[in-house]
Amino acid sequence: MNEILKILLVLIGAPILGCLIAGLDRKITSRLQHRVGPPLLQPYYDVSKLLQKDNIVVNKYQNVYVVIYVIFVILSLLMLVFEADMLMIIFVYTIASVALIVGGMSTGSPYARIGSSREIMAILSYEPILVLYAVAIYMLTGTFKLSALDKTSTPLLMYIPLIFIAMLVVMNIKFKKSPFDYSTSHHAHQELVKGMFTEYSGPGMAGIEIGHFYEYVFLLSLMFVFWKVNIIMGLILAVISFLFVIIMDNITARVYWQWMVKTSWTVLLVISIVNIMYLYIFNIKIM
Amino acid sequence: MSLAKSPWIIHVNCNSCNGCDIEVVACLTPLYDAERFGVLNIGTPKQADIMVVTGSVNYKNVNVLKNIYNQIPDPKVVLAVGACASTGGIFHDCYNVIGGVDQVIPVDAYVPGCCPKPEAILDGVVAALSILENKKKGNIKGKEVPLKGNEVPSNA
Repeated sequence: MNEILKILLVLIGAPILGCLIAGLDRKITSRLQHRVGPPLLQPYYDVSKLLQKDNIVVNKYQNVYVVIYVIFVILSLLMLVFEADMLMIIFVYTIASVALIVGGMSTGSPYARIGSSREIMAILSYEPILVLYAVAIYMLTGTFKLSALDKTSTPLLMYIPLIFIAMLVVMNIKFKKSPFDYSTSHHAHQELVKGMFTEYSGPGMAGIEIGHFYEYVFLLSLMFVFWKVNIIMGLILAVISFLFVIIMDNITARVYWQWMVKTSWTVLLVISIVNIMYLYIFNIKIM
Repeated sequence: MSLAKSPWIIHVNCNSCNGCDIEVVACLTPLYDAERFGVLNIGTPKQADIMVVTGSVNYKNVNVLKNIYNQIPDPKVVLAVGACASTGGIFHDCYNVIGGVDQVIPVDAYVPGCCPKPEAILDGVVAALSILENKKKGNIKGKEVPLKGNEVPSNA
């Protein structure tokens, strides 16, 4: 009974929360730029408008990939809420990202193709960090299951602070914010129109937006896990990483995608490995 | 929920002298901040609601304009910004100019001026919103414009 309640909470609560997060994002961004900005519920208005528009598709399978994306994002969020296997969560989440890439590639539009290939580079950049995050959890607890983290009162952040820093940058990549908004963004249309989502219209685009709402909650939950033992501190960590992403978005300009791959495969990967080495050499465990 | 709360515009520069374009872009700056009405300047016609056209139509760009118009999903509204887009402006009797945008595609609202102030353009966008609403209510679809029919005349 309790579990059904949890599932319902995730299915209904997460998009509402994600919508507010997206609205807050636009509101804070506009305040940082000295603008009035759209109303807080603007993402909701956008989605409800897109649902009322006609659906123009290039091929019949284009919107199937959107459905796959939404389903797998919800699935990975559910697995996180039920404290399942961390490695499995990352793999399920990757399928969601890959579905969008395949959807973009299937349209054949050159803009969508450029956006999709840039998104592949983004996956190449952040996936090792996510896997190392899971490996760190394994080294600390002896299992990939997130439920094992409940055994101690010391938060995960105390053991893996360097991976936390790497994850902050991964958040920037995954939220598709500056300086890593290569594959698609509201601002990049001079060079690649709308990136991966160029050929989506109406309900298809609304599906992607709803998937993004779930995704925002999922990504911030990944940051929440760093201080899972105390809910309030966990929420503070999630809010801090969210604000970090928005501020980085507003103070940086887009750079080459090569820069993203170089940064993540040198700086981020090295500090994550240093953190893992530290855990290995001093044989630190959560008991 | 109404369509009017989230109009996404696509800006098409049809042979414009760039005066109107600068004013359209000025609407998006922090001073005028069109985003407070939910307006986003979107790059792809497939996600747009309002087509903002600047400049007159000539034989080179007429098919581009028709193509973009056909790609916007219904309900959609066309806003002609500036004297050239409305009537052809000072270029109306040029040998290569067909005329205003309404010679080629159905236009719903005009913003006169050379060039119009950003306030006037924002006013035009807000006026277009009620037309958008009515089109949704009446289920009025924009007709697909055939690409043939505006070829260069032989006596030109």
